Amino acid sequence: MFTYTLRRLLLAIPTLLFISLIIFLLLDLAPGDPTANLPLTIPPEVKAKIRESLGLGQPIHIRYLLWLKQFLIAEPLHVMDYMFGTDWAMGMQRVISWQTRSPVADIIAQRMPQTLWVVGLSYVIGTLIALPIGIISAYRQYSWFDQIGTFVSMIGYSVPTFFTGVLLIVIFAVNLGWFPSIYDTTHVVTDWDSFLFQVRQMVMPVFVLALYNAAQISRYMRASMLDNLGQDYVRTARAKGMSEKVVVLIHVLRNSMIPVVTVIALGVPTIFGGAIITEQVFKVNGLGQLLITSIYANDIPMVQTLTFIFAVLIVLFNLVADILYGILDPRIRYD
Amino acid sequence: MPDGGMPVLDVKDLKTVFLTRSGEVHAVNSVSFDLKAGELLGVVGESGSGKSVTMMSLIGLLPSPPAEVRDGSVLFNGEDLLAVKEERLRELRGARIGFVFQDPMTSLNPVFTVGYQIMEPLRKHMGLNRAEARVRACELLELVGIPDAKRRLGDYPHQFSGGMRQRVMIAIALACDPDVLIADEPTTALDVTIQAQILELMKELRQRLGMAVIWITHDLGVIAGIADRVIVMYGGQIVEQAPVKELFANPQHPYTRALLKTIPHITGARDEKLSVIEGQPPILADPPVACAFRARCLHRFDRCDRENPKRRGVGPSHDAACFWDPATGTPRNA
Repeated sequence: MFTYTLRRLLLAIPTLLFISLIIFLLLDLAPGDPTANLPLTIPPEVKAKIRESLGLGQPIHIRYLLWLKQFLIAEPLHVMDYMFGTDWAMGMQRVISWQTRSPVADIIAQRMPQTLWVVGLSYVIGTLIALPIGIISAYRQYSWFDQIGTFVSMIGYSVPTFFTGVLLIVIFAVNLGWFPSIYDTTHVVTDWDSFLFQVRQMVMPVFVLALYNAAQISRYMRASMLDNLGQDYVRTARAKGMSEKVVVLIHVLRNSMIPVVTVIALGVPTIFGGAIITEQVFKVNGLGQLLITSIYANDIPMVQTLTFIFAVLIVLFNLVADILYGILDPRIRYD
Repeated sequence: MPDGGMPVLDVKDLKTVFLTRSGEVHAVNSVSFDLKAGELLGVVGESGSGKSVTMMSLIGLLPSPPAEVRDGSVLFNGEDLLAVKEERLRELRGARIGFVFQDPMTSLNPVFTVGYQIMEPLRKHMGLNRAEARVRACELLELVGIPDAKRRLGDYPHQFSGGMRQRVMIAIALACDPDVLIADEPTTALDVTIQAQILELMKELRQRLGMAVIWITHDLGVIAGIADRVIVMYGGQIVEQAPVKELFANPQHPYTRALLKTIPHITGARDEKLSVIEGQPPILADPPVACAFRARCLHRFDRCDRENPKRRGVGPSHDAACFWDPATGTPRNA
């Protein structure tokens, strides 16, 4: 397993380099001008100068290599300098956002906690709800529990988050006034009351996203459990006199988790991608919102960096899914 | 072979129905038989004749719904299994009554080691701790003829061949030294040489351990080689019951006779065609009111359409459910 992991990690390097090139070329092809948002009173010559100062005057391969150098060498060195107080970076040029003129990595680091809290928590909650629902739905197939579960999943999966989000805001924020409709990022938790406020402002966005995630994962769980409940080995376990708890939660569950764990692992990178729409609806200024505003502003270094980080996470969690698969299923051995 | 004495298993008037969307299916209709200690009872019949369903009904292994055991009694060492709680059945399953199923490729859980799966019933029913169960599991694997047993306890089912997996299944079934072993077509999914090995193993184990065995099969050759007594099932009923030699020498029911005719001969002139029983087994949508075999029977007459024959003695410990007497070629009296 170790050599397999190592091999896959090494293989990931050329894959990711290729992906970064594709992203770079695509962004370069996209129409748009980073100075388009500047006031019209700025004369064209000055605008051309600004463009040149952003590095746009150079040929495309030079710009790509510069970005690679900044992202792969300068940024890690700066992180290390920050952590250990060293001076390895020696003032090397970092990836700078065109929009804000501050390092891209710093902005991402600022936005990350909101996204992890709201989107990450909703993923964890969604998964934790989905697994027992899927198990019970399958074990009691066509019972009222299963029927309700199916109905709620269908709604959760098919109704878009911008609708459920707005609906929740109208009901619980506008009419009932229970929760704030805008997520306050500047809020700092210092005591019990401020903690409660933090919980209250997270309830609605977390609920909207958790419903969507739970709907999806519980369906997978149910289907996988149903597949396994009819298997011969289940009858064998019963014939051995095992209790239903052991039969379902040990024999069937272990087998059913194999495909579901893969689905869950592959979904993790989407957390970091942020929930673009939900973050917009609740005004959570997380990564999803950052990506959207950067695209609007033609902030190519920011878009390039964010997209590339997503690509890294996707490649990484594909590997994680494969490794988990190998751990759960003894029939799969990679070495 | 032991004869007489208290039967370990005494089944009376067992009825099982399946509730399906298109109505009830009467899969087992008033089946009665007994099993004596140490005896090997062969159960034969074609697919859908109710062999497996009967045996599963005994011990509550049928999924309910759709199955429903509707009537009858199953006395196991004097205890009615149809009347006891599910918890008690669980204590008996795997401990006093062992099962071996048809397909060894799918009957073992693929994600647990063979050792774990053998140790499970040992720990549950015999209260052994992990180390004791391991020792016993190792003995069991040796008992069923798996070489290098100690190391193989840590292997997964996919690392075993089909025959070896069936040996593992037998080891699991025998783990707690059961009184009765129910083997549901244990050799059907195996190729012929492996089949012979498993049969030999079963014969040997029976002599060493002395448990009673119910051996379900549709292979009459297997029955001839292994059984003490045979019951023949058709349409969810027992149509004939006799000691094995008697059954092969003197079959009474037209279905049994037809079954025996379908076995190709190895010696003598080659038959023009393989002989078959024409027609299809009945669909059991209603409880039988006439002979279930009548549509395919060569000797059908008017009474067969009006009345469902009951089993009656036709020889020493031999009974059959038929109105027709093959000895005279005429209907039986009464």
